[in-house]
Amino acid sequence: MENIQIETDLKSSLESLYTERNISLFGSDSSYVAGLRKKAFDKFRKLGFPHARLEKWRGTDLSKTLATEFEFAMNAPAAEIDIESIFRCEVPHFETFLVAQLNGWYVFKHNPLTTLSNGIIVGSLAVAFKKYPELISRHYGKFSENAGEGLTALNTAFAQDGIFIYVPDNVTVPDTIQMVNIVDSDRNLMLQTRNLVILGNNSHLRLVQCDDSINHKITFINSVSEIYIGRDSTLDHYKLQNKDENSTLINTIYFHQESGSTLSSNSISLNGGIIRNSSVVELSGENSTANIYGVYLMDKDQHVDSQVFIDHQVPRCQSSELFKGILDDHASGVFNGHVIVRRDAQQTNASQTNKNILLTDKATIDTRPFLEIYADDVKCSHGATVGQLDNDAMFYIRSRGISESNARILLMYAFAAEVVNKIEIPELRQRIDDMVKKRLRGELSYCDQCVLHCSSEEKKVSFKIDLSKI
Amino acid sequence: MEKEQNQIIEEVTQGEYKYGFYTDIESDSAPVGLTEETVRFISARKNEPAWMLEFRLKAYRHWLAMTEPTWANVHHPPIRYQDIIYYSAPKRKKELKSIDEVDPELLDTFNKLGISLEEQKNLAGVAVDAVIDSVSVKTTFTETLSKYGIIFCSFSEAVQNHPDLVKQHMASVVPHTDNFFAALNSAVFSDGSFCYVPKGVRCPIELSTYFRINAANTGQFERTLIVADEGAYVSYMEGCTAPMRDENQLHAAIVEIVAMKDAEVKYSTVQNWYPGNKQGQGGIYNFVTKRGICKGSHSKISWTQVETGSAITWKYPSVVLMGDNSVGEFYSVAVTNNYQQADTGSKMLHLGKNTKSTIISKGISAGFSNNSYRGLVKIMKRAENSRNFSQCDSLLLGDKCGAHTFPYINTQNHSSIVEHEATTSKISDDQLFYCNQRGISTESAIGLIVNGYAKEVLMHLPMEFAVEAQKLLAISLEGSVG
Repeated sequence: MENIQIETDLKSSLESLYTERNISLFGSDSSYVAGLRKKAFDKFRKLGFPHARLEKWRGTDLSKTLATEFEFAMNAPAAEIDIESIFRCEVPHFETFLVAQLNGWYVFKHNPLTTLSNGIIVGSLAVAFKKYPELISRHYGKFSENAGEGLTALNTAFAQDGIFIYVPDNVTVPDTIQMVNIVDSDRNLMLQTRNLVILGNNSHLRLVQCDDSINHKITFINSVSEIYIGRDSTLDHYKLQNKDENSTLINTIYFHQESGSTLSSNSISLNGGIIRNSSVVELSGENSTANIYGVYLMDKDQHVDSQVFIDHQVPRCQSSELFKGILDDHASGVFNGHVIVRRDAQQTNASQTNKNILLTDKATIDTRPFLEIYADDVKCSHGATVGQLDNDAMFYIRSRGISESNARILLMYAFAAEVVNKIEIPELRQRIDDMVKKRLRGELSYCDQCVLHCSSEEKKVSFKIDLSKI
Repeated sequence: MEKEQNQIIEEVTQGEYKYGFYTDIESDSAPVGLTEETVRFISARKNEPAWMLEFRLKAYRHWLAMTEPTWANVHHPPIRYQDIIYYSAPKRKKELKSIDEVDPELLDTFNKLGISLEEQKNLAGVAVDAVIDSVSVKTTFTETLSKYGIIFCSFSEAVQNHPDLVKQHMASVVPHTDNFFAALNSAVFSDGSFCYVPKGVRCPIELSTYFRINAANTGQFERTLIVADEGAYVSYMEGCTAPMRDENQLHAAIVEIVAMKDAEVKYSTVQNWYPGNKQGQGGIYNFVTKRGICKGSHSKISWTQVETGSAITWKYPSVVLMGDNSVGEFYSVAVTNNYQQADTGSKMLHLGKNTKSTIISKGISAGFSNNSYRGLVKIMKRAENSRNFSQCDSLLLGDKCGAHTFPYINTQNHSSIVEHEATTSKISDDQLFYCNQRGISTESAIGLIVNGYAKEVLMHLPMEFAVEAQKLLAISLEGSVG
């Protein structure tokens, strides 16, 4: 594994890396990808890294991360890494099709790009670049490049590998596909991971995205995913984040929805240094629905930032957002939900809710639920609250002989449950439910093994992944 | 019915501005453009003491280093600050002793505005300070007020007669460094109103200022300072109009309110600057900084505004809740029509313990206009047990307009409760049908519904203003409001 040492200013190092190593790193790009890369690089040069004065970055300060010395894993790790040796999922009875990335590179045992019987293609994006140029030029970089976001441009400029999923028309993917992003390095590492998911017409997919780190070095993951949802298709999407406090995770997902499609996205952030989940949803076909949910439970010096941008471009679409958070110790949170209803996007229904509980005077929350509406026949609402545990409810529980600490946990759990209960996969919901309980009891910290490494004593069930599928 | 509705909405956009006349009053103006000389000219013309000139120059130098803010959700061609006349005063022949000596043209102007000074003086019992082209022309009721020890005069008079009070409070709420337009105002402000209510005095009448821009190519930069000492109470009203002109005129005012312990200030605005014509030409750029500070405990500041005029409004009346148990309120109705743009809202900064704030904002957009609510609620660490409730509703009349909400909420302690809610909708067919069914025409029904929608805010206006505000709403949405 060859790493390039970055000594000083991150931006100038990245720039010189791009110009000096262009041919050796990106020489084999197709003209389409090369063109995107070039444009994105120029854009990154212009925009640079985000700073707190940008409206979209108020409240999230990356300066400490950006001052760190990083290496980049620009070359693929040695082949045939035994995925079981580094990752083991322990959600009981959770049948998943597992795909994994190690330091931004797709990990495989037999085949980098598998075609399953019903035409589903799963595998490495780098390989897909070459094998399916037609699919790539139709979807790759289409939804992310108008965003005017420096970090997305940076990702496009340097992205080499990631996970590629293609589901053809009229296919219901039987197993949940679990995408795991593992970081394992003895050096500080910055990664540009890139995923592309294409869902054809009238198809159904359940996708779980996990972020995990097994080292204790500083990591800066700048992950960009593009997800295309075809006509009348359904996507259930889950993000699980339980990372160590040295990590900065910028997770940006661009969803593009065609008519009649349904998206349900759920992010669960339990631990992490700086986490920023950014979901950009383009509702470009009529009668489509987007439900974006999130729950964040943060303590110590952790910071979580939830950005949701929903673009109602056409009439008769629905969107709803529900984000709930509990912030303890010095933790800080940002919520920025932005719904835009374009001219003529009549009969839009959009709702936005953000509720927060602060447990200490050191914790802070910054919430900005925005509505921007250019059509008149719409129903849009938003609500935001910041408060604490209800005294009456507390008294009610305590008067029944429940200790104060248990009563608090009960109330916090009930608060978070509204989002957790929206998880449609029963095994996953059960597990996350357990994790939230443990998290609230303070028993769960980031784990060394897996994002779902959460087996409790009373429920020790091990689960094996069939790697022959990959 | 849809056709009928469209027609009504079209009629709405035909609404005429009836204050668009121009009065030929001789005026004394500064040369066009802004330099240090202009600042000195204004100061000299007003015969100001040295400390005032120093303040202006400090602000001017600071302004030079600043750039115009661009974050507001409004679009306009760049303002050419060197093409503006920064000082224009109706020529004064001599000191005025009684209302009879006021220039008859001027009195006529006020009569047309529907605020006969005499009428107000005799019937309504409202003390009026009238400001034309940023110079105060007449203050009524000064004598009655002085019986209570209340000072109500033009800002220039205050500088001359009460320099200590002005020195103590001016720029204590809005410093000259606050923002681009506040710095500009601090450098070139020409006049404004000053009000001081002494300890324990409850001002027996409503105080009122009328602002009018008359001369062409001028900017209006007035400054209002209201100080309510311990236990005092005052209700203050402000109204504004301007002639119809094709070019845009700039209005950058500052309003500062200081409320000491147990004091209460109620500030009401009916803003009706010329909004430009149907094609969006002309109109006033209304970039105003309004802020009050609840300095002492148990003090209260309440802003009520009805915004119907101006091509562009950029205004966020704010309250700094410094004293414990202090209260801040903001009630607003903002109507935009044709090509008007409004970016308005409120800021509530909770510093003291047990402080409470309420924000009620009602936006109505019609035509091609854009109406944005932008507000900040910030609860600091020390502001334990603070409480905020915000509600911002938007009503859309027509499918070419926009209604936007940009709330910012920042909470830094765990004992406070902040709630924000907002809805955006149009007048529902059900509501219209219900009215139609009872024999109420669609036109009257829209009027009824809009009035009901704005009522929550209008009821906070003083009586004299509530009537005027309702009339204004009717003009702004002419053809649909009964």
